[in-house]
Amino acid sequence: MTTPLTPAATAAHLRYVLRLGDTSLILGQRLGEWIGHAPALEEDLGLANLALDLIGQARLLLSYAGELEGRGRDEDALAFLREAPEFASVSLAEQPNGDFACTIVRQWLIDAWQLQLYQGLACSTDARLAAIAAKALKETRYHYRFSSGWLVRLGDGTAESHRRTQRALEELWRFTHELFAPDEIDVEMAAAGIAPDLAPLAAAWSAMIDADLQAATLTRPAGQAYAWHGKRGVHTEHLSHLLTEMQHLQRSFPGARW
Amino acid sequence: MSSAASASPGTREERIWQLLGAVPDPEIPVLSIVDLGIVRHVRCDAHGRMTVGLTPTYSGCPATEAIRAATRAALDAHGEGDVCLEEVLSPPWSSDWLSAQGQQKLREFGIAPPQGPVTNPRQLWGATGVTCPRCGSHDSERLSEFGSTPCKAHYRCIRCREPFDYFKCI
Repeated sequence: MTTPLTPAATAAHLRYVLRLGDTSLILGQRLGEWIGHAPALEEDLGLANLALDLIGQARLLLSYAGELEGRGRDEDALAFLREAPEFASVSLAEQPNGDFACTIVRQWLIDAWQLQLYQGLACSTDARLAAIAAKALKETRYHYRFSSGWLVRLGDGTAESHRRTQRALEELWRFTHELFAPDEIDVEMAAAGIAPDLAPLAAAWSAMIDADLQAATLTRPAGQAYAWHGKRGVHTEHLSHLLTEMQHLQRSFPGARW
Repeated sequence: MSSAASASPGTREERIWQLLGAVPDPEIPVLSIVDLGIVRHVRCDAHGRMTVGLTPTYSGCPATEAIRAATRAALDAHGEGDVCLEEVLSPPWSSDWLSAQGQQKLREFGIAPPQGPVTNPRQLWGATGVTCPRCGSHDSERLSEFGSTPCKAHYRCIRCREPFDYFKCI
């Protein structure tokens, strides 16, 4: 499948796949919190369907991560039996749902990023990752259509929806820096042809974001983004709370099956 | 397919294809898993071991495991218990894999089949004028990007006013 990796490269490879899988898992769990609470039935179904795709992608990625790790941990062990600092998801994914505008802005920022990312990963030298990415790409396109459509409707809607959407954008913007700030793992993966180079990806993302913001009559925040490091295991306080709920059953009844 | 098959190669494969053609999709039972285009191959390796390759429709499709179990059960019930099942991810499934017969069955069942191939760039922005499976009118509107299952969106016919499911072009 791939050329044999040195032990160090395997560690970076594993970490990289975990980042992808954890991000999809955490965002999927967040979206699932909307079930039964969304503003309309159609949106309730929509958010639940996005969550379903994301959790499906997470299952493929975490199963693969478990194989790379080679310690017998499967997707469930990785999802339900790790502590917050062991999660490598980006900080943006774990941010609370807030109001509908906040959920849509978070989703749209991530959809546009994942769209570019999966396009690049579909050409990965890692055939397994390329297959997962090609599948996820089709789903992400559909997610982006949903989230960018809502962004325009909310931004260019009423004065109140515009105000809330702009507010959500201001609040979440600082977490976008992490998506494109490469660390040693990103650099190593790009050099090996496993992951795409982040610089052109950032430019393509930025162009998509600007076009949508213009259509939505929203303003790109001027503030400098923070350097959050969820992908390095340094998370905001919100992740622990999310995991408490998500992992409760497996923590209380280890190995439970039904 | 296999040069090692001793007598009338293809016969057993054909039999397996036929029995898979009677395994219904759990969410749209009018379609078989062959109509849906998720059976990727039925093949015999050099050692005479038979393998059926299945591909998921969506990464998170909850029916994937039910389909696997139903396929296993159908094979076992027809004396094909030694056939192995394997998951095939690449190339990814798209609605283009739906057979012509599958499209016709969907229409008769009241679900609008995908309008045109996935490769059409216009599909990214959502199909307009989806044909109503009840009255045939092209005058329809999208109610929701998402419907009763991951593979469907929800539409309404402007002429007959009936809501209907649209099998997403994805």
